[in-house]
Amino acid sequence: MIAALRALVRYRALVQSLVSRELKARYRGSVLGFLWSFVNPLLLLLTYTLVFTVILPNRQPDIQPFFLFLFCGILPWTWFQASLAESSGVIIAGGNLIKKVLFPAEVLPAVTVLANLVHFLLALPILVAFLALQGRLSWTALLLPLPILVQLVLSLGLALFLSALTVHFRDIQSILTHVLHLWFFATPVIYSYAAIGEGTLLRRALRLNPMTHVIVTYQQMLFHGHVDHWRGLFLAFLVGVVAFAAGAFLFDRLRDTLPEEV
Amino acid sequence: MSEPAIVGRDVTKVYRRFTHRNQFRTLKSALLTGSVLSDLRPEETFTALDGVSFEVGRGSTFAVIGENGSGKSTLLKLVAGITKPTRGALSVAGRVSALIELGAGFHPEISGRENVVINGVMLGLTRREVDRRFDEIVDFAELREFIDAPVKTYSSGMYMRLGFAVAIHVDPDVLLIDEVLAVGDEAFTRKCLDKIAEFRRRGKTILFVTHSLGLVEKMCDDVLWLRHGKAALRGDPKRVVDAYLTHVAAGEDAQLASRAAAAVAAAAGGPPPEAVLGEAPAGTGYRSGRWGSREIEIRAVRLLDGRGRGRHVFVPGETVTLALSVHAPRPVDDFVFGVGLFAADGTSIYGTNTDIEGFSPRRLEGDAEVRLTLDGLSLVEGTYLVDVAAHRKDGTPYDYLRGLHSFRVKSRTPDVGLYRPAHRWSFAGGAEIEAPPPRGELELGDDSA
Repeated sequence: MIAALRALVRYRALVQSLVSRELKARYRGSVLGFLWSFVNPLLLLLTYTLVFTVILPNRQPDIQPFFLFLFCGILPWTWFQASLAESSGVIIAGGNLIKKVLFPAEVLPAVTVLANLVHFLLALPILVAFLALQGRLSWTALLLPLPILVQLVLSLGLALFLSALTVHFRDIQSILTHVLHLWFFATPVIYSYAAIGEGTLLRRALRLNPMTHVIVTYQQMLFHGHVDHWRGLFLAFLVGVVAFAAGAFLFDRLRDTLPEEV
Repeated sequence: MSEPAIVGRDVTKVYRRFTHRNQFRTLKSALLTGSVLSDLRPEETFTALDGVSFEVGRGSTFAVIGENGSGKSTLLKLVAGITKPTRGALSVAGRVSALIELGAGFHPEISGRENVVINGVMLGLTRREVDRRFDEIVDFAELREFIDAPVKTYSSGMYMRLGFAVAIHVDPDVLLIDEVLAVGDEAFTRKCLDKIAEFRRRGKTILFVTHSLGLVEKMCDDVLWLRHGKAALRGDPKRVVDAYLTHVAAGEDAQLASRAAAAVAAAAGGPPPEAVLGEAPAGTGYRSGRWGSREIEIRAVRLLDGRGRGRHVFVPGETVTLALSVHAPRPVDDFVFGVGLFAADGTSIYGTNTDIEGFSPRRLEGDAEVRLTLDGLSLVEGTYLVDVAAHRKDGTPYDYLRGLHSFRVKSRTPDVGLYRPAHRWSFAGGAEIEAPPPRGELELGDDSA
């Protein structure tokens, strides 16, 4: 794991160039260009707001206005979900690099996660602006780097794991779409974790999901303005570290097979 | 030679053959073994390189030659560190830059400028080093006016040029080149060669894989010939290249021989004689086949060299004899033997027969042999088809074998056309011109086993 971290540090110039390339290339040729980084989350928000205020109105008092609550969870979730979905195919897509150039393959999943992190960070000011408009912005927003770090470690670990394994088991890409869908509903993004009764089976199940703790922390820091989920966040961090170690280990194990299999 | 820059000891690379069976059947086996080959049966693997040992001296230019699929590119990838040897050891001293695929990793949507930076970083330069060399790279690629356009708008030549320019400016200690000099136009190829020559002068090590044997003889200090993944021969360029060419010619020889046998066999069941009496099928151009009444049968056609050995590959200037074994079941007194030579596209080069040249037939019965000897084969490199025929004076065919036999001419001189008259150059007056070193044709047929 230390070696994997060191490799990422050693190749930081490469990672940095590739992340900026990824960002530049993504919207190149579209009319709105970079504005899509802002428009995308807004449209996403619009859709969910429509669903949960008009079609299935949510009237729980502690999470009103609901669209804002939703926004707090959906932004980091989008980062998480896009990172995993994209990283599963990233080695196969970058096959040319791995086969023809001496290229540190672990850079590819890392670039995916980091590029999506940048998208997340670019969308964050919009969320902050909405919070400020509603007068809900609190000092706890300054603590955001903590859940971001936890999520980064967890995403990197899973991305390393998935990217290497998908080369050998291509079915993963197809399964992953559904797993992520289920995972989304198993994470308190469109409902409130607090509203689920203490001691219930559902609550216990949700607690096993590291993303629950990360998302709840975001919601507390941004929406509620008070944070008491530290223990959960710490557990999520431990899970993240384990995931990173496992991902790095597997990636290293499969590294030599990658150029031959892609 | 000082200490070597690249040392390979017993390098072996085994690939997995394509099978539908997954390499790791379970996640557990992937985690536990982490190795591709551990549980594969021998028929599921392919040995691309088999115990190759070699050394490349620091500052020398080393070429790897061999037929397609002989393991050249695998060797290059191993030296580049892209894949690891299955067995054996390989060590490379210094920074390596591999020109294996030019412009690998260019992103089509972003500009040439950004791609140069990213590609440079990918190949191991720092940001600052790229910035410092940027102008040089762009000038070398001759793309100054297009450098801010997205790479997807580039022509393939521009793309390759930019890729080559970046790779060559990485300033490696060891440069690996995989048959990439067929890039762009004549002028750019020359520039690449000049750049490579400059590398040599500066004492850098170059390893390259190529089919351009002329280049090998001109530029290399040392050559390794790979054959089916094994080192066939290594050493002085001229010696290795000659041995390789002789081997290739022998292979072609065998191939032509078996093709001729197959063609004759296939034509045996060809069109019935009466359907094609008289001339060859008209208006259809040159098409191989066999027809005739078989009152005289051409049972075998052999091509012999000056020493009477059967061959299918010759060099210009050699004496070639065409030997026909014929058989007439009943006595025949009206017969003509003819031979025609054609280029591969069917262009007639030469044709003659015994009647044209005034021979008068008397009688043919049983087995006989007819020989036509060409003194000094005056053809340039290429594949040639042979027609042989036995027919009546009025042209009615007994046995006509059209294009069923062929031979190849191999030459070290890349002159063009079909016919090579015996010739020599001379210069007088103000012309000052240096004669090339004497360059004989290949010696074929001595060790072509």
